[in-house]
Amino acid sequence: MLLLKLKALAAAAILAAPVSYGLAHRAPPTRNFAGPDMIELRTGTVTYKPAGDYTRADKPANAPVVAVKLAAGVTIMTHQVTRDEYLRCVDDGGCPAVDKASLPPPNRPMVGVSWQDAHAYAGWLSRKSGRRFRLPTDAEWAFAAGSRFRDEGWPDFDDADPAKRWLAQYDREAQEEVDAAPRAIGSFGGNEKGLLDVAGNVWEWTDTCFARIALDSADREVSETKNCGVRVVEGRHRTYVTDFVRDARAGGCAVGTPPANLGFRLVED
Amino acid sequence: MITRRDALVGAAVTTAVMTAVPAWAAEPELERVKVDVVAPPFVHPHEQATTQKPKIVEFRLVVQEKEIVIDEKGTKFRAMTYNGSIPGPMMVVHQGDYLELTLVNPDTNTMPHNIDFHAATGALGGAGLTLINPGEQVVLRFKATRPGVFVYHCAPGSDMTPWHVVSGMNGAVMVLPRAGLTDGHGKPLRYDRIYYVGESDFYVPRDADGKYKTYDSPGESFPDTIEMMRKLIPTHVVFEGRVGALTGKNAMTAKVGETVLIVHSQANRDTRPHLIGGHGDYVWETGKFSNAPQTDLETWFVRGGSAGAALYTFRQPGIYAYVNHNLIEAVELGATAHFKVEGKWNDDLMTQIKAPGPIPESNTQGFLTPATPGRPVN
Repeated sequence: MLLLKLKALAAAAILAAPVSYGLAHRAPPTRNFAGPDMIELRTGTVTYKPAGDYTRADKPANAPVVAVKLAAGVTIMTHQVTRDEYLRCVDDGGCPAVDKASLPPPNRPMVGVSWQDAHAYAGWLSRKSGRRFRLPTDAEWAFAAGSRFRDEGWPDFDDADPAKRWLAQYDREAQEEVDAAPRAIGSFGGNEKGLLDVAGNVWEWTDTCFARIALDSADREVSETKNCGVRVVEGRHRTYVTDFVRDARAGGCAVGTPPANLGFRLVED
Repeated sequence: MITRRDALVGAAVTTAVMTAVPAWAAEPELERVKVDVVAPPFVHPHEQATTQKPKIVEFRLVVQEKEIVIDEKGTKFRAMTYNGSIPGPMMVVHQGDYLELTLVNPDTNTMPHNIDFHAATGALGGAGLTLINPGEQVVLRFKATRPGVFVYHCAPGSDMTPWHVVSGMNGAVMVLPRAGLTDGHGKPLRYDRIYYVGESDFYVPRDADGKYKTYDSPGESFPDTIEMMRKLIPTHVVFEGRVGALTGKNAMTAKVGETVLIVHSQANRDTRPHLIGGHGDYVWETGKFSNAPQTDLETWFVRGGSAGAALYTFRQPGIYAYVNHNLIEAVELGATAHFKVEGKWNDDLMTQIKAPGPIPESNTQGFLTPATPGRPVN
């Protein structure tokens, strides 16, 4: 098991390694660099169904509910990284060039970013500010999202009919369809913790890798396989997206409702 | 100064003079029936087989030029439509019936329009007798002599014709055999539901930054659009006029055990429908019901300028994707629809024997590595 995790981390490192833009990282932090607006959430516990595909006794199953204690609390961006904030990273050589045609208007969240882009931005912002920014884990995101976190509350499937699960998931996601045009920051309002636009029409990348976890009938973990080439994305519903994808589309064999937009916000250590 | 609208209307007047209206034949002494059309993918109620005598079946279509949104990114498009929908409504009659259409071009429109029925005989499918300016209407009657599904489309002449067609002015007529569909060997075929899927290829001009351009009127979009069309690379390939028009809340539905007839038209460009996870039990690939249907198809070919029909009985519940199996067009350009099928899963047809998980050690020999590396088979 440990070996698997190490392998996964190594794979992630390899994937991340070639993503280096310019020599900005050699420069010392910029004096008086205006950092993003952050909210400090005190220590707390999130009780939720963690990300990943679970099986119980070889049948598709809901993830068991777990309580994750976030001892250090979470310091997280009030709003999603904006188009203009992101473009500063691009102009500075810290983030890859963007396709002008798909850029949102000013004062909108940056959308059309891959996990690799978001990861590059976190690195650039950290170097620029002399602070430590990174993407949140899925648990941190769920904690910060509060009441806006959507539990994957499928009915329990004990009759081994895979279609019921697909139909339930399809129907729920279809109810959540939303106009994809990015809206001004704050348009979707704040949650009870002060975060803006959580679960609006921009889904957010997390740092959590896709995992497949097999449980036995007593909910003990039998095996886990991780793929860090696919990351957990959170928003109106949770989904899993390949890390270099900037626009998740449905069609062909992928029959669910895809995220309308891919964006992100960062946490600070 | 001559505006674009004047120029376009002027062209129509010229054409109208050249195609003098012939004297009408005597009215056939038949019962008349009025049908209210419905927007696709739905089809107005109709008999699948009939013992009644041939009738004159009256329809009315109103041309609407309007700006529509054709994808989830909000791309705007100057559409021309029959009755406001893309494709236009399906009209169903039986072989031997007369289809009588009142075509209306309200004065809120800017251009002349007409209709060419592939199901009709003569006068360019009726196009030569139906060209009307904004503020006019026309009535055309034709005899439905051949059974099948047939495209209809606007055909005002020269480059107006392809432009109007790829702007949305196309639909389908279904002429059913009076005794209903058969397998070609005497076995009657019936359906519990019918869906009409109209596929469109759109050519939306872009600006220097690659963003889709918008226009104040169809006329203003014309020069750029024609230039895009001549390159033959669509920006969108969609069902029912919009990416996602038949997915999510608008997904088509069926139940296990139900038989569905899917009529698929493409007025301009070839396509290849495929039901992912299902089949075509009986497929009239060319759409003409006096030919025996092909059976058990995986993918069928619908030629540009035609409609095809596929009959399928769902045997397994779940979500099915119905796509143009050029998967680039299905996924990247939009040609994807979904069926939501309720019912009981059939383990005999398919079972997941072992859920995804790590590869067991015992399997890594033999399955993954050839017994004798490098040795050719035989």
